[in-house]
Amino acid sequence: MDLAASGMFLPPQTVGTILCCICGVTMSPNSANMCVTCLRSRVDITEGLPRHAALFYCPECQCYLQPPRTWIRADLESKELLTFCLRRLKPLTRNVRIINAEFVWTEPHSKRIKLRLRIQKEVLNGAILEQSHIVEFTQHDNLCESCTRYQANPDQWVAAVQLRQHVSHRRTFFFLEQLILRHGAASRAINIKEADRGVDFFFGNRSHAIKFVDFISNSIPAQSRSDKQLVSHDPKSSTYNYKYTFSVEICPICREDLICLPPKVAKSFGNLGPLVLCMKVSNSIALLDPLTLRIAYLDANKYWASPFKAFLSSRQLVEFIVLDVDLESSEIAVGGLKYALAYVQVARLSDFGKNDNIFSVRTHLGHLLCPGDYALGYDLYGANINDIEMDKYKGLDIPHVILLKKSYEQMRKKKRGKARSWKLKSLNMEVDGTIKARPDEEKRAAEYEEFLWDLEENPEMRFNISLYRDKDYQPSEMASTVDGDDLPSVPLDELIAELDISDDENDNTNSME
Amino acid sequence: MATRVQFENCCDIGVFSKLTNAYCLVAIGGSENFYSIFEGELADAIPVVKTSIAGTRIIGRLCAGNKNGLLVPHTTTDQEVQHLRNSLPDQVVVQRIEERLSALGNCISCNDYVALTHPDLDRETEELVADILGVEVFRQTVAGNILVGSYCSFTNKGGLVPPHTSIEDLDELSTLLQVPLVAGTVNRGSEVISAGMIVNDWTAFCGSDTTATELSVIESVFKLNESQPSMIVDEMRKSLIDSYV
Repeated sequence: MDLAASGMFLPPQTVGTILCCICGVTMSPNSANMCVTCLRSRVDITEGLPRHAALFYCPECQCYLQPPRTWIRADLESKELLTFCLRRLKPLTRNVRIINAEFVWTEPHSKRIKLRLRIQKEVLNGAILEQSHIVEFTQHDNLCESCTRYQANPDQWVAAVQLRQHVSHRRTFFFLEQLILRHGAASRAINIKEADRGVDFFFGNRSHAIKFVDFISNSIPAQSRSDKQLVSHDPKSSTYNYKYTFSVEICPICREDLICLPPKVAKSFGNLGPLVLCMKVSNSIALLDPLTLRIAYLDANKYWASPFKAFLSSRQLVEFIVLDVDLESSEIAVGGLKYALAYVQVARLSDFGKNDNIFSVRTHLGHLLCPGDYALGYDLYGANINDIEMDKYKGLDIPHVILLKKSYEQMRKKKRGKARSWKLKSLNMEVDGTIKARPDEEKRAAEYEEFLWDLEENPEMRFNISLYRDKDYQPSEMASTVDGDDLPSVPLDELIAELDISDDENDNTNSME
Repeated sequence: MATRVQFENCCDIGVFSKLTNAYCLVAIGGSENFYSIFEGELADAIPVVKTSIAGTRIIGRLCAGNKNGLLVPHTTTDQEVQHLRNSLPDQVVVQRIEERLSALGNCISCNDYVALTHPDLDRETEELVADILGVEVFRQTVAGNILVGSYCSFTNKGGLVPPHTSIEDLDELSTLLQVPLVAGTVNRGSEVISAGMIVNDWTAFCGSDTTATELSVIESVFKLNESQPSMIVDEMRKSLIDSYV
């Protein structure tokens, strides 16, 4: 008090007792001058408060309805349910203050939710009464709209995205699958189906599909078209239900393809040698001229303005053995990767030892190759070229062999059956079992194995992919390499330990490394 | 004994009436019920006078008095003063006071010997009070309330103070007034004591909301249980007879 602070002497004040005006019991004075029992018996602050309320609950997705249309997911006796129930009671409890709210346990099958509230309200001349009040919510089962639609027809989709790439392999889709898993882009997909030259994704909402298409367009050069089809039409409220389809065409140029650029495109890049290798496909295509070490980048719009196809792809790679390397320039970094121009003498592995066919070629792999190495490349000497673009060039000097990459095939043959220390997750795709099933399985498995090798060899490809540590992997004792190079493999610090949320005693949550 | 009364359905009867040992003032109500209750109780002993002060009916809060005199505010009209002088017994001096705080009933609380006044009352008023009412005047507050006239009510036998009066205050007041005091309420927990009840040495009237507990407290502190007006005379007779013989 100010008086006390100013130094004035205040005699001590003890409050006396009075008799309650109703029942005569001794009490200390309060603003109503009635004892608490009398006050409580005379005044009930909970009158007018609701004692029962109704909730609508969807048993399929365990959501509660917040009128008019929102469904909120909540577990029994959870914080979300508590806030939801209080929000339902809010307009009716405007005059009182809620101090505390908690759940009273009810049998889960009873379809009753009981809430105990502590209410405070001012009565008479400023006395504040606190009372406990129980509200019972009756839970009525009612399927929410999306569950009803799903029940009626489980395959019902509203938007579909069809990814297609018109090449004869599925490497792009393996890579895309890992990318999608890493970013969770297909988390809202109702259904994923494999088709002949691509994958179909089905969504329940047009905006989810658009988000997915945007994600794909940002990761890969692709062209998309959209269309819609009228499903139903309500003339009274003038609402229309459509099915939307998005057709996404991925550009057919893949990594390690040999391309002959059309004259216009070559000119626009400053006469980039018409034969180029595709080194990297992300949201733009990186084309490397192996003879001059020039890189050009082609983004999606530019590509689709004048599209072209590869004329040799990695299926047609032939293995060569390197006989001699003559470095022409030092190692330079082009587009983030190191290359060195060199003259090498190579012979086809199939020719080696049988005849003397030796090719002297210029290559960009000078920094990697040593005599005795194996390399993969395109055999243009023996190839039958019938590319349209190639014909447009007059007097083109085509090299005999274009080497692409170093080959680890021989080493792999030695260490066949060596387990990998890492593994990949996969999307659960529905395979279209009707068209061309059996013979493709082997091809698919071989392609997948090649994709995994690719991942091992190229660190920059692993950049956007999550590799998980394989728990069942035991490094064998014979792993110590006595013989020369080690196979390229994924270093341990790039692997993510899988998050295991099960109730194992020995397994707690692992952290990302 | 204490009686429960209502003035035109209002329980604050201390606003519309004034009771002392020598007279009783009553406001003019729409019906005669209020007046007739007082008349029925008191007419044998003391005059019951119907009046208005300053043209209003809130006479209990505007005037202050005891058996010796009656003080009325400056707003009282001449006719009212004259009417009062005519109706009241001769030994009661009716005096109009010039005072800034004109609600004298809220500012002055007195019995026949002691008076408690509002701390801001004028010096002249205080002297007039001491003079006309024949009392010793103390400027005091009761439980932190400066309107002593409305918050505390006492007679020659005892007194009632608001419920949150501290014990030290109670003792102090009791010493000043030389009567036993108790903290209590009237009209079902109302703290404005004087507005809810009027009391003299042998009878009390309370608002009809007063509960039985409150009535019992009032009756015990003001010692109304066996009081009859004749009892005072009986006590006096003893001493009179003594002196005769």
